[in-house]
Amino acid sequence: MTNRLSPFLIATMILGFAFLYAPIASVVIYSFNASRLVAVWAGFSFQWYGALFENEAIGRATLISFEVAVIAATGALILGTLVAHALARYRRFAGRTLFAAMATAPLVMPEIITGLSLLLLFVALEQATGWPLGRGILTIAIAHITLGIAFVAVIVEARLSAFDRSLEEAALDLGARPMVVFFVITLPLIAPALAAGWLLAFTLSFDDLVIASFTAGPASTTLPMVIFSSVRLGVSPQINALATLFLIAVTAIVLAANRLLRVR
Amino acid sequence: MNVRRFGVVALPYAWLLLFFLVPFLIVLKISLAHQAFTIPPYTPLFADGGLRITGENYLFLLSDPLYWKAYLGAIRYAAIATIVTLLAGYPLAYGIARTPARWRALLLMLVILPFWTSFLIRVYAWIGLLKENGIVNHALLSLGLIDAPLQLINNDFSVILGLVYAYLPFMVLPLYAQLEKLDPVLNEAAADLGARPIRAFRQVTLPLSLPGVAAGVLLVFIPAVGEFVIPDLLGGPNTLMIGKILWDEFFTNHDWPTAAALTVAMLLLLALPMGFMRRLLRGDA
Repeated sequence: MTNRLSPFLIATMILGFAFLYAPIASVVIYSFNASRLVAVWAGFSFQWYGALFENEAIGRATLISFEVAVIAATGALILGTLVAHALARYRRFAGRTLFAAMATAPLVMPEIITGLSLLLLFVALEQATGWPLGRGILTIAIAHITLGIAFVAVIVEARLSAFDRSLEEAALDLGARPMVVFFVITLPLIAPALAAGWLLAFTLSFDDLVIASFTAGPASTTLPMVIFSSVRLGVSPQINALATLFLIAVTAIVLAANRLLRVR
Repeated sequence: MNVRRFGVVALPYAWLLLFFLVPFLIVLKISLAHQAFTIPPYTPLFADGGLRITGENYLFLLSDPLYWKAYLGAIRYAAIATIVTLLAGYPLAYGIARTPARWRALLLMLVILPFWTSFLIRVYAWIGLLKENGIVNHALLSLGLIDAPLQLINNDFSVILGLVYAYLPFMVLPLYAQLEKLDPVLNEAAADLGARPIRAFRQVTLPLSLPGVAAGVLLVFIPAVGEFVIPDLLGGPNTLMIGKILWDEFFTNHDWPTAAALTVAMLLLLALPMGFMRRLLRGDA
């Protein structure tokens, strides 16, 4: 489009970005506040970070969240790539409409519905077959894989549809077997999308409160669950410090993913 | 269908059937059961050699005005938030699409970044800003603009604000994707034919951007209807939204059959917009 920007548009953009970033900035700034009161600035201090590192509940929950997110992202990557491949390459197969609907619905499905329905499934399954035995990291991970599949599939399908298929066809014509074509031609071409998809699935899992609350067991409290229960009790400077660390980690991940997706 | 193809499709298909479709059937089943003081807390579907289902959970939802208010409340909050998000997001997306190309990637990333950032923490940030002795009230008081702290949180205002804030990126991205595709030549042609900028926008840009508007509206409205975290943290005792009621029914009252019936009710509400969403996604491919 043209590069004419009216003053109105410039003003909206400044306001829009200020709106998006002001709350985040306030959390970061007040995480260094020496005072316990949120709105009163009493000098610069690292004390809340110190308190945070001594908080065992948060340390334990971080490890659990990390474990769940790695399993969930890896599972979602494998299944989501298969979904993307099926949708991008196979125009017709039995039940394709249902398949496509199930693969994309979690993108917008309210988390509370996904969470409750999966919990009821786990309970019914356990009653009927004895598996899964109780709830914990495994059940949260299964729930997050199901959510992540949709996001990985969208990213990978876009990449699969964008590149020149004649590369794959040429390799097939030259006698390469389909598996070889996939690993030698297709995989390197979609690798950036795979990395971005994994990172997105990881972040979604690491950040999820609602689905995890339904599918977690007593010994598998995740980091968002700890944050939520402490937020419900009121704003605490320790949570500000935790949020700041969280933001730094996520920003680093997004910058990495962005680089990956832009490399052509 | 050859074997390899079958392998590629069958594994994710089986996963999605088991962990996405079957759970809804179980929700439907439990919504037709009685609450019971057993583990799990509902009566079995088959007992004493017969099918035992009941519509009492649905009758209960219909008879208690709380659920009606929560149902309509969720639609009202989500609709208002969607409109505000559209009004704020459209000029933002339009501005980004008109920014010189070398800045566009940066601005776009600035829109995406909050979406990746913890949802919970972004909602939490507003508590610190809006509460009675929070940052906004503190600033207004020390500037002398107000004499007493304003009630900014635990009301309709803070819920709408939270929804708009959380879902703004979902509106901006599809709008941007649509607006970026438009050829500026179209606007130049309209100008050459004597249309003033406002008219060119109304008759050329706006109609051509409608698919983006539709996608943005659905991406905001559907998850906003089922929102739990925002009404719970930013809302007050009068904030009735179906997602929050469902949560309380399940975690506080341990009434699984009523929670299941509420889920079915929410799915019925969302079936239509989700159907539109499917059609929109298919149209793009």
